Amino acid sequence: MTVLEQPGSSRHGSTATGDRPAPPPAWRPRVDPGPLLPDEEPYRVLGTEAAGKVDIALLKRLYEQLVSGRRYNTQATALTRQGRLAVYPSSTGQEACEVAAALVLEERDWLFPSYRDTLAAVARGLDPVQALTLLRGDWHTGYDPHEHRVAPLCTPLATQLPHAVGLAHAARLKGDDVVALAMVGDGGTSEGDFHEALNFAAVWQAPVVFLVQNNGFAISVPLAKQTAAPSLAHKAVGYGMPGRLVDGNDAPALHEVLGEAVARARHGGGPTLVEAVTYRMEAHTNADDATRYRSDAEVEAWRGHDPVALVERELAARDLLTSAYVSATKDAAEEMAGALRERMNADPALDPMDLFAHVYAAPTGQLREQSDLLRAEIEAEGEH
Amino acid sequence: MSTAVAAGGTTATERRPATMAQALTRALRDAMAEDPAVHVMGEDVGRLGGVFRITDGLAEEFGEDRCSDTPLAEAGILGTAVGMAMYGLRPVVEMQFDAFAYPAFEQLVSHVARMRNRTRGALPMPLTIRIPYGGGIGGVEHHSDSSEAYYMATPGLQVLAPATVADAYGMLRAAIASDDPVVFLEPKRLYWSKADWSPEDPAAVAPIGRAEVRRTGSSATLITYGPSLPVCLEAAEAAREEGWDLEVLDLRSLVPFDDETVCASVRRTGRAVVVHESTGFGGPGGEIAARITERCFHHLEAPVLRVAGFDIPYPPPMLERHHLPGVDRVLDAVARLQWESDWTEDGTGRGAGGTEGSGRDGRGA
Repeated sequence: MTVLEQPGSSRHGSTATGDRPAPPPAWRPRVDPGPLLPDEEPYRVLGTEAAGKVDIALLKRLYEQLVSGRRYNTQATALTRQGRLAVYPSSTGQEACEVAAALVLEERDWLFPSYRDTLAAVARGLDPVQALTLLRGDWHTGYDPHEHRVAPLCTPLATQLPHAVGLAHAARLKGDDVVALAMVGDGGTSEGDFHEALNFAAVWQAPVVFLVQNNGFAISVPLAKQTAAPSLAHKAVGYGMPGRLVDGNDAPALHEVLGEAVARARHGGGPTLVEAVTYRMEAHTNADDATRYRSDAEVEAWRGHDPVALVERELAARDLLTSAYVSATKDAAEEMAGALRERMNADPALDPMDLFAHVYAAPTGQLREQSDLLRAEIEAEGEH
Repeated sequence: MSTAVAAGGTTATERRPATMAQALTRALRDAMAEDPAVHVMGEDVGRLGGVFRITDGLAEEFGEDRCSDTPLAEAGILGTAVGMAMYGLRPVVEMQFDAFAYPAFEQLVSHVARMRNRTRGALPMPLTIRIPYGGGIGGVEHHSDSSEAYYMATPGLQVLAPATVADAYGMLRAAIASDDPVVFLEPKRLYWSKADWSPEDPAAVAPIGRAEVRRTGSSATLITYGPSLPVCLEAAEAAREEGWDLEVLDLRSLVPFDDETVCASVRRTGRAVVVHESTGFGGPGGEIAARITERCFHHLEAPVLRVAGFDIPYPPPMLERHHLPGVDRVLDAVARLQWESDWTEDGTGRGAGGTEGSGRDGRGA
């Protein structure tokens, strides 16, 4: 039953009664919302018959990226304890979303990550150290966004979503078949920029895919206190775009759903909102105490639905999880982590004069005076 | 042509009376014709041509892809413009009215202003945010704010306010050509001011960050910009009858700020009054007065004074004439500069302000 077929609706001739006014002359529903509505259950592949159809090469690629991503998360978390990172919002438990988001995009596409999506940026090819610059605190963005077409990691919530829409719109105006994929959390869907981005995208039919990682909490606030919508994917229908609900720990399912959305956008079908149902296994960041707002039992229950283990199970079922393959995969991840640890243990090279270098294309007279002051201060320090 | 309000009078063949609105439209048109990357966007800018008709005819001439009506959402307008700039376009965004720009404030402050900086120059933001601003046209609530102080306090933004027809054209062209974001404040009540003006005149192109002396004088400097320029020019004319020879300086650019021109003028006259519609407390005048004091203290014969709007939410239209700084309030401030008083002699700071005595450098002659 779609919204239009709900009993009691006065807007349709068949149910309108004589004492009710007719609909206004210009009014008509623009689209049947039925096709836009998400399924009742998150889409899954692993553990279903569809799992057998997943390409082996893809399955292995997902597995390797998941293992590497998990190791990146544990390594980065360890670096916060050693004082090498100011903060790290771990995506442990959400690696499937991160990996799938990166893998469904072509080289010419753009990724718009939030602050928790370092892993997606790295999976897209970004230097792991440069991807952590924001979180280490030596600069705000440590990479040239054009190099791998990854927008700066965005700290304000949902504000990068309209950027994705604008970029995708501009690309289409120029005749390029570029797609933008923008990532946001469940809390971010409450922000005005989320609403405006989805509305603009649908009106413009911009080639954008919105990926909501619903991990259950916005810091400490649970989803039930965040929204009264049946699901976050349901929000799509109000804007006139399809909403898809997917198991956010099922990497092949994510790859399929996001891949369809990307293809649809690329071929002029407009935007899609994808809600990935997942869970953040760690606290919001290392500065947060998750035991104050959720139970161990809940966390344990999700541990049984781990994104790495789910893929492992499928590989095992197909006799692909050989000990040689597992150890090679883990060795590669360990090597990545070792290199990351080593590079992060070196102090970053900082030039204080950078503070003034990029405020404007050419510094104003005021900034020139201030940079002269700082230079003099630094020189005086050096003399002591 | 240096005055904002000029009579038709004699016109050269290529110079015709034009309004500021027409000059702005022409600037947009010329910029779009020159550079296909320039895109105009905002609520009502397409078929309607903008509520002030500044974008009139652009959608017809360049197509709706390049002059596009957007959904009504200022954060969305500016936020999508950021993404468009990331992809190599030069968006020119219209915010329709000063107070309507506030929903876009987060995009402006958190992204537009600092994108270049946070990416070490990799993502410049060459976009122009046109905001019809200020009062004096009888607008109802939320249609008359002077919001320049908010933008001035945000590093990474350039803040411009033209006051003449020629500058409206030249400064908008410069804003669109700039590789940095520009908040372009269009004084609503000067939209219909006229001047003999030719867009072909190269002198019309105004470099960003340079103030302009609109009237030379030796007694004191009136420092102003945007909608208050005609007020100051009128006040200077009125003051002449009382023997005061006022210099009028049009800042044009609030960020970057032209310390050089301002200080040169104040050192010459020894006295300064800053005039603007924006609130005095926390307003641009405080910053300007401080800069002058820091740089010209030994040349000053009196404190730098401010003539500003009251520190109130912008009043309803039937009361706005009491709020807006007018000629009388400017002249009162000039009188308070007391250069013919015994301020410095008795140290009371309460001089009579009479007409006896000689000022410095023959002022008041």
